[in-house]
Amino acid sequence: MTASPLVVADSATMLRRNLRRMRRYPSLTFFIAGMPVVFLLLFVFVLGGTMGAGLGLAGGGRADYVTYLVPGILMITVAGAAQGTAISVSMDMTTGIIARFKTMDIARVSVLTGHVIGSVIQTMIAIAIVVVVAVLIGFRATTGPLEWAAAVGLLVLTAFAISWLSVALGMSAKSVETASNLPMILILLPFLSSAFVPTESLPDGLSWFAEHQPFTPLIETVRGLLLGTPIGTSGVVAVGWCLVISALGYVWARRLYDRDPAA
Amino acid sequence: MTALDPRIAIHVAGLRKSYGTQVVLDGIDLDVAEGTVFALLGPNGAGKTTMVRILSTLISADGGEVRIAGHDIVSEPDAVRGIIGVTGQFSAVDDLFTGEENLRLMTDLRHLGKAAGHRRVDELLERFDLVDAAAKPVRTYSGGMRRRLDLAMTLVGDPRIIFLDEPTAGLDPRSRRAMWETIQELVAGGVTIFLTTQYLEEADRLADHIALLDHGTFIAEGTPDELKRLVTGGHVQLSFADVARLDRAATVFDGATRDDESLTLQVPSDGGIDSLRAILDRLEASSIDVGELSLQTPDLDDVFLSLTGDDTQKAMPR
Repeated sequence: MTASPLVVADSATMLRRNLRRMRRYPSLTFFIAGMPVVFLLLFVFVLGGTMGAGLGLAGGGRADYVTYLVPGILMITVAGAAQGTAISVSMDMTTGIIARFKTMDIARVSVLTGHVIGSVIQTMIAIAIVVVVAVLIGFRATTGPLEWAAAVGLLVLTAFAISWLSVALGMSAKSVETASNLPMILILLPFLSSAFVPTESLPDGLSWFAEHQPFTPLIETVRGLLLGTPIGTSGVVAVGWCLVISALGYVWARRLYDRDPAA
Repeated sequence: MTALDPRIAIHVAGLRKSYGTQVVLDGIDLDVAEGTVFALLGPNGAGKTTMVRILSTLISADGGEVRIAGHDIVSEPDAVRGIIGVTGQFSAVDDLFTGEENLRLMTDLRHLGKAAGHRRVDELLERFDLVDAAAKPVRTYSGGMRRRLDLAMTLVGDPRIIFLDEPTAGLDPRSRRAMWETIQELVAGGVTIFLTTQYLEEADRLADHIALLDHGTFIAEGTPDELKRLVTGGHVQLSFADVARLDRAATVFDGATRDDESLTLQVPSDGGIDSLRAILDRLEASSIDVGELSLQTPDLDDVFLSLTGDDTQKAMPR
């Protein structure tokens, strides 16, 4: 596949197409924001009192648990958006217009970049909604605007990585139903991380897994940036995971896009 | 004419494609001259769509050579894509968009710029009678409107070679005629058309050259007239009230086929006025009462039956 000098122009066109499609189906964006908001409210108001006490902090109540939980919920929002991306990519690939794009002299990757960037924007809209709810129920960041910007940057990078992966997942699925089930693992992974409880409180095997899977360093970095907790090597590991997942998702998605469609 | 002859728009040599053990295209050779219409006829499942998909760079072939306007589809796919336009069997439009937005998407992808893009969209909406529907979502369009929009989107890039995969399948007669007129206008403008169809009438009307595809090979090829000479399916069917009348009629018409069960007689005929008049005159002269008279013109089924015999019975239902 020759590189087209018009990759940027064609990607922008495809991005506009996807954003317009999202506007025509706004329910998907609200669905993506809805799940983490429900988790947030559920964990804070139903379990928060007990969970907060278990954190072993001085105050140790519902208010402390909100502070602990929000960084994890932000990452869960990013992970949950994968499902929406996979579904819309899978639906799009079955339509005849993709065949049209493939027979046109346009930058081939633009169909994919359009979906990826569109999905990152959709995820960030969902993140904004979650942040508003979090602030309303008492979340306060203790650091400055620079740290906020860095946290947003990491969330964008994570969304970028997960979008490439879910675009590939969406294309690998033979049906829209499969496409909606495949990203479930991404939604489950944060539950086995430091999102809801510190990893030290987990049994040995599970805590080892939690410490070595991508979501824990991602969440610990966001937590450190927003609350000033120690980040240590988490930042580097988190960015590394994002780059690796982006690269794998990109290569896999390109490969799937270039293969012959089913007869 | 050779593969590099500039007058050859589409050159195909030894094209092969299989899906698993099923051979779909079994060594196809073809040359389509620039500015002409080639029609690929065949029953469902004959491999027509597969051939269009390969020639339009959508899927890869297992073997053989394809050149579109001199460009090899394997080594220069982008050059090929810059020349061709494809309107498939399944409409390649965005359902969530309006007609105008779909066309705008195409002008953007062709990098026409804002002003030129607007002009092109307005021109195509006008030409394809979609001005009133321009601002409506495509999912509310009728089948004919979708097909018109689909073709309009293909024409945005001014393709020199256009692939039309069953462009009139499922259209009502009026929309079908409108599609035919559009195709004729395009050819008049020098465009080469590669058309697939199940309708002999459509190929007859539009094509300069026709090939019949069955079981992965061309079983017949030629101009519409050459092909029609291969077909002997035309006849007049006469029905009678009783066996006695059928018996008498059968003696009058040599070479007619009688069916005692339905009390009918099939008299070979080219369907022309003279041939009909001759049949009526003979019936009149022998004063035989005919219950009903119907004209059977050759169709694709007849072509396939006459060319492939019983084999076709297995191929047709697919």
